[in-house]
Amino acid sequence: MTAAVQQSRRAFLQGSLGALTLAVTAKGWVTTAMAAEPATQAYGADSMPGGTVDDPLVFVSIAADGAVTIVAHRAEMGTGVRTSLPMVVADEMEARWERVKVVQAPADESRYGNQNVDGSRSMRHFLMPMRRVGAAARQMLEAAAAARWAVPIAEVKAEQHEVLHVPTGRRLSYGDLAADAAKQPVPAGDTLKLKAHSEFRYIGKDQVRLVDLEAIGKGQAIYGMDMRLPGMVYAVVARPPVVGGRLRRVDSAKALAVPGVLKVVEIPAMQGAPAFQPLGGVAVVARNTWAARQGRDALQIEWDDGPNGTYDSVAYQQTLQAAARAPGKTMRNQGDAANAWAKAPEAERVAAEYYVPHLAHASMEPPVATVQIQGNRAEVWTSIQNPVAARDAVAARLKLEPANVKVNVLLLGGGFGRKSKPDFVDEAAIVARAMPEGTPVKLVWTREDDIHHDYLHTVSVERLEAVMDPQGQVQSWLHRSASPTIASLFAQGAKGQQMFESAMSAINMPYRIPNVRVETAEVEAHARIGWFRSVANIPHAFAAQCFIDELAHRAGKDPQAFALDLIGPARQIDPGALADTWNYTESPERYPYDTGRLRGVIEAACKGAGWGRTLPKGHGLGLAFCYSFMSYTATVVEVAVDDKGEIRVVAVDMAMDCGPQINPERIRAQMEGGAIMGLSLALTSEITFEKGRVKQSNFHDYEVLRHNASPRVIRTHLVNDDHALPPGGVGEPPVPPVAPALCNAIFAATGKRIRSLPVRKVA
Amino acid sequence: MTQLQINGQTKDVNVPDDMPILWVLRDELGMTGTKFGCGMALCGACTVHIDGTPVRSCLTPVSAASGLQISTIEGMEADPVGQAVQASWISNNVAQCGYCQAGQIMTAVSLLKATPNPTEQQIADAMSGNICRCGTYPRILAAIQQAAASLAQGGKQ
Repeated sequence: MTAAVQQSRRAFLQGSLGALTLAVTAKGWVTTAMAAEPATQAYGADSMPGGTVDDPLVFVSIAADGAVTIVAHRAEMGTGVRTSLPMVVADEMEARWERVKVVQAPADESRYGNQNVDGSRSMRHFLMPMRRVGAAARQMLEAAAAARWAVPIAEVKAEQHEVLHVPTGRRLSYGDLAADAAKQPVPAGDTLKLKAHSEFRYIGKDQVRLVDLEAIGKGQAIYGMDMRLPGMVYAVVARPPVVGGRLRRVDSAKALAVPGVLKVVEIPAMQGAPAFQPLGGVAVVARNTWAARQGRDALQIEWDDGPNGTYDSVAYQQTLQAAARAPGKTMRNQGDAANAWAKAPEAERVAAEYYVPHLAHASMEPPVATVQIQGNRAEVWTSIQNPVAARDAVAARLKLEPANVKVNVLLLGGGFGRKSKPDFVDEAAIVARAMPEGTPVKLVWTREDDIHHDYLHTVSVERLEAVMDPQGQVQSWLHRSASPTIASLFAQGAKGQQMFESAMSAINMPYRIPNVRVETAEVEAHARIGWFRSVANIPHAFAAQCFIDELAHRAGKDPQAFALDLIGPARQIDPGALADTWNYTESPERYPYDTGRLRGVIEAACKGAGWGRTLPKGHGLGLAFCYSFMSYTATVVEVAVDDKGEIRVVAVDMAMDCGPQINPERIRAQMEGGAIMGLSLALTSEITFEKGRVKQSNFHDYEVLRHNASPRVIRTHLVNDDHALPPGGVGEPPVPPVAPALCNAIFAATGKRIRSLPVRKVA
Repeated sequence: MTQLQINGQTKDVNVPDDMPILWVLRDELGMTGTKFGCGMALCGACTVHIDGTPVRSCLTPVSAASGLQISTIEGMEADPVGQAVQASWISNNVAQCGYCQAGQIMTAVSLLKATPNPTEQQIADAMSGNICRCGTYPRILAAIQQAAASLAQGGKQ
């Protein structure tokens, strides 16, 4: 860990303060590299491995018959990017969508730009590169036509799969021009003419359906789980039940006797920090999945549990509570919150603690990968969010050049952050290496494997303390998070949340409070902690948003009015002034914290829900909001609680401001899906540990929201479709406000405060 | 050797009697439309019809289907109710990742065959065996209602 004292480098922005910042290095995109000179700082897309690529020759090819093939370089896990990004290209290049075919890129960031689908970055980072790709292709087609007709370029215009010579009305089809266009020089970036907003045909228009929609409905879409190759064998792995555990002994005689079982292969135990390593264990290889599973059931195995063998969720919650009640590491400190608390009369002090348990991703398709080795080359077919990480893991494992490892990216049956870790691909490579050369190995995780061995969402106790005067003005705010860090994946023994985690709705709260302190407690991880859709925003927003509601009610004020007053008027705040030196890797100048946009979504969600209307008995409305991944979301939940405490979610109003709305129908789908995932974690989902082991194993004990518990009504409110704004993320922002909105609604309906998830039932 | 009737065709497979139909379909016959989600009949991704009844193929041994008609997602485009449901799934843009959708469609088809005009509650009850982690439930509801209306108007019959 390195500490750097920096002068404020944003002093020209209003309201900025000099800030002492701690720069913590960690792997990949969480690195907060602080350059001394702003001009050399790479932000956003430019700071990701591979950056962005604008070259139309990489992404677009046109056949002689006019069929346009566009490369989708980002994996599809349900957010629609395999459709939306090619759609942007098609729009700018004036291609007719019905003539477009999409092909999925293999792992190759040097060719395509960054391919890691996480952090709600696909449209956020690739909207402009894809517009430039499309514009460049259009200009090359126009140049080819102008050359063919020997006319000035200003006289030609690309229009719906043809180039028109305006003065004479002559037309040439894209198919006709394809070969010539591909030979044109790629236009320099500063000569590109991007479309005006009024010229869009597909962007923002909801005219395009998912490219795989029909295939999905017919059972023809191919996911990682569906890969088939001649001679392919199937493997499942028995893994140590405790993270850091090791094989003590295994007797595989009975396993090998199961009909169809071919071989038993040891997977080496994890060494040091988990990162993306396999956990270790024993693989059973068979002719089909069923035989492999039966073979695994027949293994006689003993494990050494290792250092995490006593991890127990009940005991650990006590550990977290004690840590949350003691001073922690300072992440933000303005004014003197400790003194304000010490001097405040008891009646003005408000404190609460909130608990969010571990969560499992539980995407409907468990992790799976197929690997085939031939000589000094290997080929992989898998459903992976981060294809290059998979390629590099396989290359390292098999001691091959990465250029000799081809990773084919298939459709993901969900990801939510689990499938950005290529541990399961590494396992497949290990087994492939143990089989006769050229044997394709499909390594399948069962649902039990997925629940037991997930890279879990962390576990948190969040402590909030405020001083609120008799007028209901909040004078002091302390938010202390006791929660193991994702950094523990990469540095053994790493304790307490890092800057990037605190900057997800703990540090970067914009409220007008004179004394603010944000701390993290140094607590250790005893599980593999990973990124789960919206990450640390989940517990931070749960705690802070429930707490604001508690303050509002205590002050006798309407929660919406109280929140808007606390936020204050519309203004842009330098994230650095909120001690946020991470800002999701984005430039603080380009992406300030805009309280006007936050107010806008709060007002839209409340208006949509009919905030303030008279409700039936047992019903309540609850509000929560969040700024995450550069987008602003607000949620109002209407809940009905019966006299037995059974909860029914009547309706959800979800408002989002993500800047320009490129594929609005898909944005709404993410908002609906985020609402349901947020309700799932609020109502039913919990991973607990006993004796170092995850207790849950399948959907009977790790419960997720089903159709009958889903709200019949989810109203999505997309606000502020502004193409002058840089784009915000879409996949994750809808999740964090949902659980606090639900719990605030339960309070409104019943007077009972929920501070611990999942709520299941109101006592 | 076991003989199976799948989507109106006869298929011969050489598998143990207790192998679940799911793995016979996917691994032996290459019919990967029916999905693996949990292996314990909890998630519905593996739903097929046996003599018209929706069944979780992950826990149904192949011996239980002997002499009976198995229908899978691959056969739905030849079925009038299947066609209506698939069309409605498209017009409502139901899918996100799409992995659970074959199972959702199979359950929806069997619901509409048994109950051509289901209430919202009947839909919720019938569909609650099928999990969607992406959260497409509101659109599933709308798609089933639209398919029911379309079938009632004789659209696809």
